[in-house]
Amino acid sequence: MRKSILALATGLLLAGSVSAASAADKLKVGFIYLGPIGDLGWTYQHDLARQALVKELGDQIETTYLENVPEGPDAERSIEQLVRAGNKLIFTTSFGYMDPTLKVAKKYPNVHFEHATGYKRAPNMSTYSAKWFQGRYIQGLIAAKMSKSGVLGYIGSFPIPEVVSGINATMLAAQTIKPDIKVKIIWANTWFDPGKEADAAKALIDQGADVIMQHTDSPAAMQIASERGKLAFGQDSEMIKFGPKTQLTSILDTWGPYYIERVKAELAGTWKSQDSWGGLDSHMFAMAPYTNMPDDVKKMAEDAQAAIIAGKLHPFKCPIVGQDGKPVECKGGDHLDDSQILGMNFYVKGIDDKLPGK
Amino acid sequence: MQLVLEKRAERSGAIALVSPLIAIGLTIVTMVILFAILGKNPLLALHAYFIAPLTDGYSLQEIAVKATPLVMIAIGLSLCYLANAWNIGAEGQFLIGAVAGSWIAVKTQGTDAGAWVLPAMLVLAAAAGALYALMPAICKVKFGASEILTSLMLVYVADLFLDYLVRGPWRDPQGFNFPTTAEFDPVATVPLLIEGGRLHLGSIIALLVVAAAAILLGRTIKGFEIRVVGAAPRAARFGGFNANQLTILTFAVSGALAGLAGIIEVAGPVGHLQPGISPGYGFTAIIVAFLGRLNPLGILIAGLFLALTFIGGEQAQIAMKIPLDVTKVFQGILLFYVLACDSLILYRFKLSFPNRQVARGTH
Repeated sequence: MRKSILALATGLLLAGSVSAASAADKLKVGFIYLGPIGDLGWTYQHDLARQALVKELGDQIETTYLENVPEGPDAERSIEQLVRAGNKLIFTTSFGYMDPTLKVAKKYPNVHFEHATGYKRAPNMSTYSAKWFQGRYIQGLIAAKMSKSGVLGYIGSFPIPEVVSGINATMLAAQTIKPDIKVKIIWANTWFDPGKEADAAKALIDQGADVIMQHTDSPAAMQIASERGKLAFGQDSEMIKFGPKTQLTSILDTWGPYYIERVKAELAGTWKSQDSWGGLDSHMFAMAPYTNMPDDVKKMAEDAQAAIIAGKLHPFKCPIVGQDGKPVECKGGDHLDDSQILGMNFYVKGIDDKLPGK
Repeated sequence: MQLVLEKRAERSGAIALVSPLIAIGLTIVTMVILFAILGKNPLLALHAYFIAPLTDGYSLQEIAVKATPLVMIAIGLSLCYLANAWNIGAEGQFLIGAVAGSWIAVKTQGTDAGAWVLPAMLVLAAAAGALYALMPAICKVKFGASEILTSLMLVYVADLFLDYLVRGPWRDPQGFNFPTTAEFDPVATVPLLIEGGRLHLGSIIALLVVAAAAILLGRTIKGFEIRVVGAAPRAARFGGFNANQLTILTFAVSGALAGLAGIIEVAGPVGHLQPGISPGYGFTAIIVAFLGRLNPLGILIAGLFLALTFIGGEQAQIAMKIPLDVTKVFQGILLFYVLACDSLILYRFKLSFPNRQVARGTH
């Protein structure tokens, strides 16, 4: 009896290793996710891109993901586990994986890594991110047109350059419509915490804000704005179902084309370490349909989007005046250069808030 | 006919020994059913969870790395729990230890400070953890405040304090405002034991802690005192043992061990101070302490076993695309069965035949 169970077990194990062997011809591509996949938000969008990748190249690749990997002591192990399972190209999809990814990359020079939104690179480690500030600029235009109170509410996550440049782009755009527009900012100090985000939205509305913008992940703010009859922008994903009469648009993360491009390069043997920072023109992100606004505002938004894609409109066009009233040095000719935006650590004039840690 | 639980006259030693095995057996049966429902091959899944991680040096190292903080904290907690002192705030003591030790690392960064840095960090972390644990202990002894509540609430204080430091004064100037300190210098880093691996000196320290606790509990008067105060407070009083003193002592020791675990984690696998350095080690260690029956050797085994389920869960996710949630269900089921089987140590099942008339009366 015992023998037959053992035989059965070995048989099954053998069957498992045989199927693993046939899969070995395929390129293995691994993903590390910050959150559970769920049905919207940052990780969900990365998984949509993975699914697009499988749809496009499924006959040549096999994908594996680890979800809910905290940005702490476990991250390095999780990444290394993917390497040891034979993955040759690994996407680590959150900023906090930067140092762990770099450590593993140094240890395995023959494996290629793609790290989202970081700034450290290696010969086998690329970075990729999106110029979301372009989308924020369009949102700023819409917000200024739609706000009756002249006060915008902004839920910040962390005061890092990506978020700060989003706030600045919003305000620069809004000021072209209403020069004396105000923005109230609340730092939630989280990427995802529906309770905190809802509280922040309530506080902002109580302070007179009638358009809510967010750099956090959950639809909580959208729901509060909807309950209170205000307007709001979604984040990362389409959030219209949480505010059919509330959502103006949403910045949608669309990593699919990039993932497909990089995996194709890996398959062709032409993968090189690089820094990709794409905007609306390169489809790193997209704008959800413009809704709940009059036709002229919608047209203005679409025109701005077209101008940004055509390279005719730059959100950080000079001259730009800092919060302290002094002009900001213009390193990129007629606009701020990439390094100034990537390291943005100041507010523009008209923002009545103190940048945390300044 | 009814099945009832009846209290045993005395605790059953035989059941105490086999109950963890029954629990693991029941867990495996439940998981096999669950895997089958999910359409996964149960044998392969169990292999991925329990066997595969034990078959290569890399996974064994990772199990040791994961178990190190759990075992260290759980040993301290077991001393508290044996002495009837309920320290629930090891997570906070872990964080405060990490902060205190990091203080030296941050202040000596970029200087040519010598080999004294790491030992000083370890000592300071242990001292800070002990002091932090003394707060609820003294409040209990002096004012009768529930140490369960106060130690738990201090977790959030520690968490926010760490948060403040890495967003403010200790933030890496080159870190683009991200909430983290700069990477520690090599003299402020826990040395690795194996080239290219992640196994570090902390695992050795954890083993020493286990051995010290075993000697303390098994061979010293103090250890006897701890067990008597916990098991029979009145007898302990007649014996002249001071329960208050013991509360202070066990809290201090468990705080010191949690603080030590904190700095070892930060100066070891993480390499810098940042929020989220603990995925709940201080709380998971409570489970480890009880799973190990508050016995040092048991805790070592329980810590390694829990670490195995983490590593195995990850490998099952990779190899068989089993969702992470299943790993969590798995850990939950295991604890459920352990607690359920433990009730058999003090109770036993009995079939009873209730009086017919009473039965009729209820209809």
